[in-house]
This record gives sequence, structure tokens and C-alpha cells, in this order.
Amino acid sequence: MSKRIGLEASFATAEAARMADVDVIAAYPITPQTHIPERLAEMVADGELNAAYVPVESEHSAMSACLGAAAVGARTFTATAGQGLELMHEVVYAASSMRYPVVMTVCNRALSAPLSVWGDHSDAMAVRDTAWIQVFCQNSQEAFDLTLWAFRVGEDPKVLFPVMVHLDGFHLSHVTEPVILPEQEEVDRFLPRFHYPFALDPNRPMTHGGFGPPDIYSEAKIAQELAFRQSKEVVLQGWKEFGDIFGRYYRPVESYRIEGAKTLLMTMGSFTETAKIVIDDRRDKGEAIGLISLRLWRPFPFEEFRQAVKDAKIIIIFDRCISSGMGGPVFSEVRSALYNEEARPKVISFIGGLGGRNMSEKDFDYVINRGKEIVEKGSEKMFETVGIRGKVTSIRG
Amino acid sequence: MRMLKEFIKFGKNPVTTEEFFTAGHSFCIGCGEALALRLACKALGSNVIIANATGCIEICTSPLPVTSWRVPWIHTLFENTAATISGVEAGLKILTKKGKMPDRHIKCVAVAGDGGTADIGIQALSGAFERNHDFLYLCFDNEAYMNTGIQRSSATPYGASTTTAPAGKFSIGQVTRKKNMAAIAAAHDIPYVATACPSYHLDLMEKVRKGAEIKGPAYIHILSPCPTGWRYRSDLAITIGQLAVQTGIFPLYEIEYGRYRLNADPPKLKPIEEYLKLQGRYRHLTDKQVQRIQEMVNEDYVKLKEKAAASPL
Repeated sequence: MSKRIGLEASFATAEAARMADVDVIAAYPITPQTHIPERLAEMVADGELNAAYVPVESEHSAMSACLGAAAVGARTFTATAGQGLELMHEVVYAASSMRYPVVMTVCNRALSAPLSVWGDHSDAMAVRDTAWIQVFCQNSQEAFDLTLWAFRVGEDPKVLFPVMVHLDGFHLSHVTEPVILPEQEEVDRFLPRFHYPFALDPNRPMTHGGFGPPDIYSEAKIAQELAFRQSKEVVLQGWKEFGDIFGRYYRPVESYRIEGAKTLLMTMGSFTETAKIVIDDRRDKGEAIGLISLRLWRPFPFEEFRQAVKDAKIIIIFDRCISSGMGGPVFSEVRSALYNEEARPKVISFIGGLGGRNMSEKDFDYVINRGKEIVEKGSEKMFETVGIRGKVTSIRG
Repeated sequence: MRMLKEFIKFGKNPVTTEEFFTAGHSFCIGCGEALALRLACKALGSNVIIANATGCIEICTSPLPVTSWRVPWIHTLFENTAATISGVEAGLKILTKKGKMPDRHIKCVAVAGDGGTADIGIQALSGAFERNHDFLYLCFDNEAYMNTGIQRSSATPYGASTTTAPAGKFSIGQVTRKKNMAAIAAAHDIPYVATACPSYHLDLMEKVRKGAEIKGPAYIHILSPCPTGWRYRSDLAITIGQLAVQTGIFPLYEIEYGRYRLNADPPKLKPIEEYLKLQGRYRHLTDKQVQRIQEMVNEDYVKLKEKAAASPL
């Protein structure tokens, strides 16, 4: 029987890695780290998990050790956040380009300076071009579910890409919520043993990571891109299988009360649950408003996104990051995804929740009201802010 | 005498005719590093996984879609080779422990240049030593960033001219002393540290074999003469390596569990000038500067002999 217990999202993630019978964990406690590696180290020390815990001397080495372990066919896991993800940045690229299905939890944090260990999406956005499958969680249950699912998808021989599971720093990573833990037998049914088809083996010597001269690099990258986009098929298949076994179904674009909605609020990550309260309130009062939330950030779910917003007149997008000199990254990409559509909704951009700043129901109420007002009266500003002191002026785009 | 004993130990054919790092690579003519690598690979045999840092060896052996490697080989990045091999070793160990693969005693070997070791890779290397992974690290030291155009590294010797520390009116080139990587490795109290040079091929192979066999981390610092960067005639690689040892600027020694053995201890060191004068990178040196280098060599050699005498193998 599965059991329902209170678990911090970090612990839920560690529990998923344990039930996945992960072989190698390499992690570093850069400020900020979470309880995930600590809990895993404890499991290894207590014999609850038969794995190698490699206490590396940096985040750069954490991901590098993960590559080495994955290259010999070990199921490999790490976790990081913020500055740690920045330090391992070049290795993050190598992981996907060399097709090692490492699973990594990123508890999203702001980036220095000023030093901040608190949550926003700057770290996640800085790696959006790295060919990692990226998914966002809204609660502890999803942290558990999507970690398990990440191994299933990344390790599929048709995929062989690393997967990043995003938890919002503190607002999710350090929050205790009820989580349903399945039976090991169910997990084993969902997640087959990892068999890496290109494992380094003296009986079958292989060269991993040769360099790409100009006459081959372009082809290599385009081939990678095609394979990466095709991975969406397995992403969806994995969620279908997960739902069939565990009863919880996930979608690339999650929608909430969007039937007949002319206005859509759009979020990513844990603030989605706060936004739902506001949507409920307004729906109950008869307002034609709904909520969509991107679960799958990479590869970008174009089709599902366009389908979800096809009847909307207004999309109000809430970003927790600034792409400097450009604006909200989610906003930019969503606007671009809609550009060639016949009927395009108005796309309004808000930026807030930076560096751990909370977003309350009141803040989302403001976003919706002000968003509608902008559509009515027009605005020259490319984006506006929410919950930030001072007015944004002269931001055109 | 020791060399002779080693020779007998190897029997009639001291060096296997099998190649694990094969022809078709693009090393320069007269490259000491390619020779050292070939010998090291012969000593390692086929039951090995090699992790290679970015650098001459990586570039000259792995242009897609071809490869010079007949053993499993992985290159990820520049500074992380010790971390990559840590993962390989940890992966093999746990997969064996969990019964997911048979215990095949596969040797884990990291290969890097002096820049990838003494500069950008030193943190990852120190970490891997400290974590006590069972691996052998081979540093092929050609004393500068040769692959990218002869830029100075912390392993470039005092007085050598490089493109980023060139000799000029107001500089003799490298103004710092060569970083002593073998001593840094030894300071981690790892089981085995050695220096080697392809001019002494049996000594090199024996050390590589020993380093691979020993349980825990092992480090071998291999002087790899570079015709391009050191500016010597391409038929002189062996001679220059020999002179490096015979003048004492690059002594051959090994440290097993903290105990030292000098592998070549000539009764009298040759003058350093004999070594320097064959190389264009030292061409600008005055007699006085050569004398200064001679003093430094003498000092370092005495220090080494003192350490060896204090804790002999």
C-alpha cells in the first residue's frame, strides 16, 4: 500500500532518488544547497540506499563526476541551485551534448550580486539553451513524481538526454506538504533498470567526447537538436505511463479552469498554487478567467501551448526573472511562439517574485487588474513589475 | 643497474608490440608527449578507461569522426578530468558492488597536460586525491599551453620564453619558479607519486604499471619534451629528455607511501647549460642568467636528496 505522509519537498526528492535505486550521487554544498544531498548521504550512511555518494569539492566537479559515472552506465543524480548551477554551467552543456541522462534537481534561486540565496528563476533561465529537459514542480508531490519520471524519460534509449527538475527555492524546496509515497513494486514497474547503450567498456572500446572540427560540428549540433525535440514523444509517454500506474497525470502545459476563459494568467512553478486561489475567487464571481502553467519548459511545448490559449484574448504572464535588456524570458518565448498565429491574444508581461520576494493573492489580483487595464488603455512599457517598490518607466519593446 | 634489473624483469620483449594509442594522430614530429603516451598505454594494457583533459593529447587523437584510441576513452572538458575519472571509478565500483557488472578490476586513468593539472585542473585533482579514489593520474608536462600557442603555465620553468611571458628587453621570460606538482601530489599523502620521462622508457612503463596497480590515488609527472614550444630539432626529443634528467633539472624519483627513491642519481650532474643550449626558448639567456638557473637546479636537487635520505624507500 502506498502511504501519505508529510514530507519536505527536498526529502520527497531524495525519497524518489532512493526508490529509483540511484547508483551514484555527486554533490557539493555550495551556498545555497538544499536538504536533498544531505538526506541522500544519510540514506547511504544508514544502508537505506546502496549508492556511491561522491562528496566533490565543487559544483563543477559534481556534474563532471556525474558525467563519468553515467558514462560507465550508472544511474546518476545530483542537486544544486543558483550559484552552483552557474559554476557547473559548461559541464551542463557537456552532459546533454554527450547524451548522458543525468537527473538533477535545481531548487531555483536568484543569482549574485547582490548575494541572495532566495528563490527566483534566474538560474533556470540561464540554462534554458543547454538541451536539458526542464520541468517545473508546484508542490512536494510533484517533486517526488517528476524526479522518478525524470529517470524514466532521460534514460530511454530514444532520449538519452539529462533532465532538470525545478523546485522553487524555499517556497517549495523547504516546505513540508503531504506526499503519497508508492510501493517499491509500483516504482519498479514504472522505472526499468538503466541500460546505457554506449557505456565505456574495455571489452568494447568507445571514444566519448572527440572534438568537432568545423566540417562536422554543425551537423552534430543539428542532429542533437532534432533528437532533443523528438524527446517530447517520450516525455508524454512517460507521463501517460506514470498516470496509469500512480493515478496522477501530468501535461506539458497545465491548465486550470480555462473553459471559456477570455483572460489567462500564466505562471511557472510554486506560485501557481497561490494564483489558483485568485482564479477560484474570480471564477466564482463569474469572471471568464483561467490559469495556465508551463510544466515542460524544454523542449518548449509549442503545440500544447497554442492549443491551451487558442480561445484566449489576453494572456498575462508572470516572470520571476529578467533577461536583461530583453524582459521576462517566459513572456519573450510565449510571444514568439504566438507570432505566426492567425488569431493572436494580447500578451502582457509582469516581472516579480525576484530573490525570494513573496507573491501573495493580493499581488496576483493586482497583476490581473492591471493587465486588463493595460489591454484597455494601452501601454508603451514592455513589462511592468509587481510587488517591487518604485515605478518602472521607459521600458519599450 | 636498476634499469638493467627492470629490463630482465620484462624478459626478452620488454615492450608489447600491441598498440592502444594508435597511428593516425596529429602530434608534431619529434613530440616527446606522443611517445610517452604510447609507452604509458602499452604499460596500462587494454583493461582500462582513460579520461582525458582538453589539450594536445585530446586534440591530436580525437577529431570526430575518427579516433586514435583502442581503449575506452572519455573527454568532457578541460579542468575537470580528475572529477570525471572520480565518477568513472565511483560508477564502476558501485555497479560491481550492486552486482550489476562483474568485478573486472578495470583501471581508471586520467590524462592531462601541465595546464590542465597544475593550473586550471588543480582543484579537481586535489579533491580526487583527498577522496581517495582508486585511480592513476598522468600529467604530461610540456611546460606550457602548447596546444593553444605556447602560453606560459605555472609549470613553465624559470627563464623560458613563451608567448605570454616572452623574453624581452625588460624580462627574461618566465620570472617564476616551476610549480612542483609532484610535491603537491605527495602532500596529499597518496600511496604513489613518481616522475618519469620517455627518454627512460622502461622506467616510465614500470612506474605507470605500478601506479595503476597500487590501490588508491597515484600520480605520475611525465616530462614531455615539445619540439614546437621548446624550439629544438625534431630528432632531439630523447636527448633533451636525457639531459633534463642528467643535469638534475628534472630528477627521476618515486615516492611510495611517503618513502623516496631516486631512480637516476648520477654521481655528478651535467652543467645545465648543456640542456638549455639546445632549446630556442632559452636562447636569450645570458651567462649570468644561466648561472642563476644552475644555482636553482642545485638547490632543488639538494632539497630532493635530503628528503630522499630522510625517508628512503
